[in-house]
Amino acid sequence: MKLLIKGSRLIDPDSGYDDISNILIERGKITAIGRKVSAKGAKVIEAEGKIAVPGLIDMHVHLREPGREDEETILSGTRAAGRGGFTAIACMPNTDPVIDNQGIVKFIYSQTEKVGIVSVFPIGSITKGLRGEELAEIGELKEAGVVGISDDGKPVENSEVMRRALEYAKMFDLVVISHCEDKDLKGEGVMHEGYYSTLLGLPGIPAAAEEVMVARDLGLAELSGGWLHIAHVSTAGTVEMIRQAKSRGIRVTCETAPHYFSLTDEAVKDFDTNAKMNPPLRTEEDVEAIKEGLKDGTIDVIATDHAPHTSVEKEVEYTIAPFGVIGLETALSLIITKLVKEDILTLSQAIAKVSLNPAKILRIDKGILKVGADADITIIDPDREIIVESGAFESKSSNSPFLDWKLKGAATMTIVGGRVVMKEGRIL
Amino acid sequence: MKWKRKDLLGLEELSAQEIEFILDTAESFKEVSLRPIKKVPALRGKTIVNLFFEPSTRTRTSFELAAKRLSADMVNISASTSSVVKGETLKDTAKNIEAMKVDVIIMRHSLPGAPYFLAKIIGPSLINAGDGAHEHPTQGLLDLFTMRENKGRIKGLKVVIIGDIAHSRVARSNIWGLLKLGAEVAVAGPATLIPPQIERMGVKVYYRVEEAVRKADVINVLRIQLERQKTGLFPSLREYRQIFGVNRERLKDARPDLLIMHPGPINRGVEIDPDVADGPHSVILDQVTNGLAVRMAVLYLLAGGKSEAID
Repeated sequence: MKLLIKGSRLIDPDSGYDDISNILIERGKITAIGRKVSAKGAKVIEAEGKIAVPGLIDMHVHLREPGREDEETILSGTRAAGRGGFTAIACMPNTDPVIDNQGIVKFIYSQTEKVGIVSVFPIGSITKGLRGEELAEIGELKEAGVVGISDDGKPVENSEVMRRALEYAKMFDLVVISHCEDKDLKGEGVMHEGYYSTLLGLPGIPAAAEEVMVARDLGLAELSGGWLHIAHVSTAGTVEMIRQAKSRGIRVTCETAPHYFSLTDEAVKDFDTNAKMNPPLRTEEDVEAIKEGLKDGTIDVIATDHAPHTSVEKEVEYTIAPFGVIGLETALSLIITKLVKEDILTLSQAIAKVSLNPAKILRIDKGILKVGADADITIIDPDREIIVESGAFESKSSNSPFLDWKLKGAATMTIVGGRVVMKEGRIL
Repeated sequence: MKWKRKDLLGLEELSAQEIEFILDTAESFKEVSLRPIKKVPALRGKTIVNLFFEPSTRTRTSFELAAKRLSADMVNISASTSSVVKGETLKDTAKNIEAMKVDVIIMRHSLPGAPYFLAKIIGPSLINAGDGAHEHPTQGLLDLFTMRENKGRIKGLKVVIIGDIAHSRVARSNIWGLLKLGAEVAVAGPATLIPPQIERMGVKVYYRVEEAVRKADVINVLRIQLERQKTGLFPSLREYRQIFGVNRERLKDARPDLLIMHPGPINRGVEIDPDVADGPHSVILDQVTNGLAVRMAVLYLLAGGKSEAID
């Protein structure tokens, strides 16, 4: 079946294209782009006043399947992705069992094939069982189709193991995604260490808990020549170190999450467990530095670190609630509201950080809107006003710190491989 | 004024006027405990629950006596610290108590914010009897009451809190209450036990006790806990005593009428020497007596007692 997207403003960050265009889709591929493109018998999607961009890619998602299907499944997680405008997501290996062998990778692919509504690309673990001791079978993982390796949720504490991981993964052109956290400095910490942790009497996680390991990993990236990607950058110090490392030619990329440019540690003030994540919400100065890093290109990617937890887990004393918030269904609206409308990023720059750039890092052939590419397209209404409602999530969990927020801008259609999977917020 | 709040969770959210109103109410209750028959019918028919997730003798007993002297019915529940261990969530525990139609729940919990979490989801009034290192409002109030009783005012008083500020709910409640009523507040102790950016609350920080106490009107000495040493926050109790222990020598440049306070329980000979703790300007036991009056006032205000019943 042919599909014709008509009258939208097309933005393709890769080519810099930004103009009103029609897009023709046939057999899952984009076959023509242009003002006058039309096709007889094609199903027409009227998109005047809307913006068509390459399908959004979230390179940091916890799908929880296998192991914690009460929190999220591949079905519910991909539906949440579709609702948020994402056409592809990469899922982290801290499942049970861990994605540290070919079998689990194959399971993720086959389960996605069966029930998923967007593409899912597994990330393998760096070490067996995420134990930080021995390398996982990285070559075999790559062969089975992982797009990167990470022990996310846990740091690789042993510097020698991390060094070898970077060296070894380099042979396979695989990115090593590092969760930077010094566990001793973090201690019993449950929020950012600063003024608000002092007021609340909660044990703090200092910015240095992240930064000391970023410094180590940058040293190891330089030593090994491997490709380091720093996950969920939350502090001004980290941004500055990565900026310097990039200027020195170290092979490093990084991501931040929408909550790190939208919220500060003040959000913990009434002990809201939905404001509890790791790394924690930081200060106003950190938020400003994150925005600056996004603006000058130091931060390559915006990824959600979508971490679903059930209400049973979150409706407890702040200290014992698990870390993590969901993000797939609010990310684009936060990016538009907090970055594009505030003139931190142009729409094209913003879209690059959730499509082109993660595709390049994960070495997947997506994130580009051109003739011949997969018809993964997100259609955005930049002025759509939304209210974040806990009852409306497609995710199985509703642990969002943005509940009841009014935001501007949202995906109105998600097209995956030429198939419309979401229209006006509804999964088809 | 009229009391409007359902709960007493912390002193941070109270206005100066509300704090003074509680202290004034406590004045009238202090006298009840001096009577031969220490009981008034103010809260007859009300049910109050002591829900303690952390061991406590002083605070629990003080609340229990306060309730009984107001003729309320009082039940004590001791529960294990963490809902994870217990297998029932805090929410469910509280909902069950609520279902028994109680009027006030007094809660002590080891985790900051636990009473804030509950107050939002249950109907009965909630009194925070200490939530981790966060707040202990009735302790803060009884400390204010004691200072006011001895010094005649709070405004302009120079108060120094000495010891483990980082892990102390007493420190936080004292700081909020004192600042709201216009005192000048300083904290003193080892750098590892002073929490970050506490200056932003409006207090001065000292690392030398001698310097901190020089012009002080009141010192409130906090208990030092041995487990802090194990987590590497200071080398030994011996060294703590040598450098931060409150003794006569360390107070030699202090004002002669310096008021000595301690929320208890005291580690005699560690954070404070016996001759200071038992000296002429110590009001440590008066704090305990006043605690009862303050808690009667708080229970009375929250449970909506009848004022004519006091006489």
